[in-house]
Amino acid sequence: MTDSSEPVDTLALACHQVCKQFTVGQRTVEALSDVSLSVTKSSVVGLVGPDGAGKTTLLRLAAGLLVADSGAISVFGQDCDRQVDSVHQLIGYMPQRFGLYEDLSVGENLNLYADLHGVSQVERQQRFDDLMHMTGLASFTQRLAGKLSGGMKQKLGLACTLLSQPQLLLLDEPSVGVDPVSRRELWSIIEHQVKTNGMTVVLSTAYLDEAERCDEVVLLDEGNKLDQNTPAYFNKLMQGRSYRARHAELSNRHLQTLLSGQTGIVDAVIQGDSVRVVSESKDLLESPAFKQISDKLTIETTSPRLEDAFIALLRQRHPVAVAKTDHSAVKPESPLSDEVVIQVDHVDRWFGQFQAVKKLSFTVNRGEIFGLLGANGAGKTTTFRMLCGLLPPSNGQLRVVGVDLRKAAAKARARIGYMSQKFSLYSALSVKQNLEFFSSAYGLRNAKREQCMQWALQQFDLVVDQDNESGDLPLGYKQRLAMACALMHEPEILFLDEPTSGVDPLARREFWNRTNQLAASGVTVLVTTHFMEEAEYCDRLIIMRDGDILIAGTPAEIKQQVTTAELPEPTMEDAFIQLVEAKQSNE
Amino acid sequence: MNNNINIKHMRLKGLVVKELLQIWRDPSSLAIAFVLPVVLLLLFGYGVSLDAKHVPLGWVIEKSTPETSSFSAAFARSEYFQNSYYADMNAAKRAMQLRKINAIIRLREDFSRELFKQNSPAIQVIIDGVDANTARLISGYVQGAWSEWLTHLAEVRGIELARPVITEHRIWYNSAVLSKDFLVPGLIAVIMTLIGALLTAMVMAREWERGTLEAMIATPVTMGEVLLGKLIPYYLLGMGGMLLSIVMAVFLFDVPLRGSFWILMLTGTLFLLVALGMGLLISIVAKNQFVAGQIAIIVTFLPAFILSGFIFDIGSMPAVVQGFTYLISARYFVAILQTVFLTGNIWAVILLNAAALLLMALLFFKMALKKAPKRLE
Repeated sequence: MTDSSEPVDTLALACHQVCKQFTVGQRTVEALSDVSLSVTKSSVVGLVGPDGAGKTTLLRLAAGLLVADSGAISVFGQDCDRQVDSVHQLIGYMPQRFGLYEDLSVGENLNLYADLHGVSQVERQQRFDDLMHMTGLASFTQRLAGKLSGGMKQKLGLACTLLSQPQLLLLDEPSVGVDPVSRRELWSIIEHQVKTNGMTVVLSTAYLDEAERCDEVVLLDEGNKLDQNTPAYFNKLMQGRSYRARHAELSNRHLQTLLSGQTGIVDAVIQGDSVRVVSESKDLLESPAFKQISDKLTIETTSPRLEDAFIALLRQRHPVAVAKTDHSAVKPESPLSDEVVIQVDHVDRWFGQFQAVKKLSFTVNRGEIFGLLGANGAGKTTTFRMLCGLLPPSNGQLRVVGVDLRKAAAKARARIGYMSQKFSLYSALSVKQNLEFFSSAYGLRNAKREQCMQWALQQFDLVVDQDNESGDLPLGYKQRLAMACALMHEPEILFLDEPTSGVDPLARREFWNRTNQLAASGVTVLVTTHFMEEAEYCDRLIIMRDGDILIAGTPAEIKQQVTTAELPEPTMEDAFIQLVEAKQSNE
Repeated sequence: MNNNINIKHMRLKGLVVKELLQIWRDPSSLAIAFVLPVVLLLLFGYGVSLDAKHVPLGWVIEKSTPETSSFSAAFARSEYFQNSYYADMNAAKRAMQLRKINAIIRLREDFSRELFKQNSPAIQVIIDGVDANTARLISGYVQGAWSEWLTHLAEVRGIELARPVITEHRIWYNSAVLSKDFLVPGLIAVIMTLIGALLTAMVMAREWERGTLEAMIATPVTMGEVLLGKLIPYYLLGMGGMLLSIVMAVFLFDVPLRGSFWILMLTGTLFLLVALGMGLLISIVAKNQFVAGQIAIIVTFLPAFILSGFIFDIGSMPAVVQGFTYLISARYFVAILQTVFLTGNIWAVILLNAAALLLMALLFFKMALKKAPKRLE
């Protein structure tokens, strides 16, 4: 069993023509088809790709939790099927949601994993001390794992897998729903392990800025490996195809909507005070069609990033599905209405001894996109539920469209649309049946109902899938359907709770395009997200932390606060980290 | 996977400690193990009774004589019956249709005359058969009372009565014919099924659901250790539940324990192992708490209740259903429980049923080990 502990010159992970299929109901899903890849010792490799790309399947195969239909996969020369016991001696595996026992304390979880990995009592204390020091959990050993914040759970999960000092660390989406500070700490732990212990790390991630820190990146899509190379290689591929554009009259949001409809443009996203554009070829600037858009456009080249290459490669396989924007609708921005539609005044919410929301106050004007940002557990969802009248506040005043929610929640609810985190669809019903149900639930009848259904199917590009069971749809489609259901009764205010959580970058782009169009037509949109970069799409936002407002303002105002000589162009994530650190040092 | 059997002491200890901590922190596990037995025992010990008491009887006495009065008075004295009198059969029938009485006893006008002739007198007994169980009980009681009265009469008058057979009833082992003495021991099997199968199936499915098992099986742990790590704590919990039930049965409900306590504990262990094996097997097939709970109730709890002979006599079931009861482990344990409590150490019964339990336990564990590879699918 233990003769496998001297892996000399062998690859940390080797996949050779691996295929894996799953049967879901009636359908067969090709999770991995003919994937070959190799990971050298002491490297950090990131698996990236949209939902259903096969990232989790690949990690589970490597951990010996699944068996490939064909092909071979091995860890340090040990076959992951036939020599699975030796493989388990070599690896540390952290599944999504970290695999912790939430009713055990931090110390008890560690002890369990130390027992399972056969760490002797003599070594144990030293290793606990090291890991607790490294993860900053030393003062929480008595606390139940379920009572830790997302970031702390993630670090505890990591500590449990590091106890055995594995040679290969497999991490499945280690940073989903974790705040940026914790993500940064996770990376410093990983890098420390690679440097001092020569550990090899393979991780899947939805954050492409995280993938950029890896030695190599494997890009997967629908079970196929598109490419495997260093981030530098991908960036070089994109040389001269990334730009930043500004418009003298249009806001960034309008400009982004406008540009993403153009031929020759692969990607357009808001980044800081400009719109980042990725073109199909290197001579975008010279093309006369581009010059025609507007003479008020200033455009400059910028250094590429991994996300540019990722989107460019995926776009070749998935051409833009969104209907082209109607350009005539894009007109110079009208000033925002100053009619207040949501008023939150000193609102508290207690759950037993736990205060989820602390003295929260803010207002939202009609037609705004208003963001609530923060990590899991910051109080965003609780705030949302109170605003939708689903949860009464413990103290304070809430007014939505002029209605006091304490007195007439039902009256307000008829004028709002709510899309919950889990999408709240009936998975056994077809797309059309879901729309039928929600339209009747909102009291739509006959011709009006038919008209709304047609609008929803068209607008959300669901015509082709209207008879498919909604449970079988990919996540991005479910999100579109859920949004359609929330909009059927033409609400004045739309609440979107984590609409982009777990949704891949392509689907997220589509989502924001739609949301922009909605806001342009006068709907007020409130949205929560833990993706800091999505803050750029908001007119105004608050960043929440532990039930408190960390900061409020427009994206530019917030970044302004942390702009220094060393950091002339901070991202929203930089701002978040700096503000949290500043607050912690004050405490 | 031959090393499924390979057990490392440290890993097993870690798993058992973890499980005990989880049980201790989860009030619902403790409630199923200790509160539920108390509730069920109180309910069945005090609430449910299969004895017929104060059964309303309708009398139609066509000609009143000292003999008829004496006979009906024998019933009136008994705590099992309550007499009411009707002028004729029509009135009595109407009362039975309205369910005011459960049976009619008709004494013809020639009752006394026939009694002293060589002919045996006839009485007519009509029983409402809607509730078959009560009907059988009434029929038994009436027959018993009739022959007792005849014997009594003969003794008093010093005359020989013409009766083909003199029946002499004696009820052994449960001489008071108390259904609680019979129900309470059987209930122990039901309680242990709940702890062994339902609780185990749910906690294992919970680990699949929460993704904790996924992290655990990627460590050097073997499936044998994982299964034993569940088995040992829930075995302790189940035996605790059993001990509590026995103590309550003996000291609260005064159920006699005529056999050996240790035989009960030993056969209880066998039965609990079967239940645990089934629970583990269910959770390996159903990786979702809700489904695991449903399956456990349908394939373990309900049969233990209905088909084990705990309430309903297996001998009076249709042949097909009787054959089916041989698949129900609770059947064997209920037989042992009722024998050891009420009769004593009858080795023929105990050994045969214990052998059946042992066989089932081995079968389920072999299946659970085979069906539980260190994989996610």
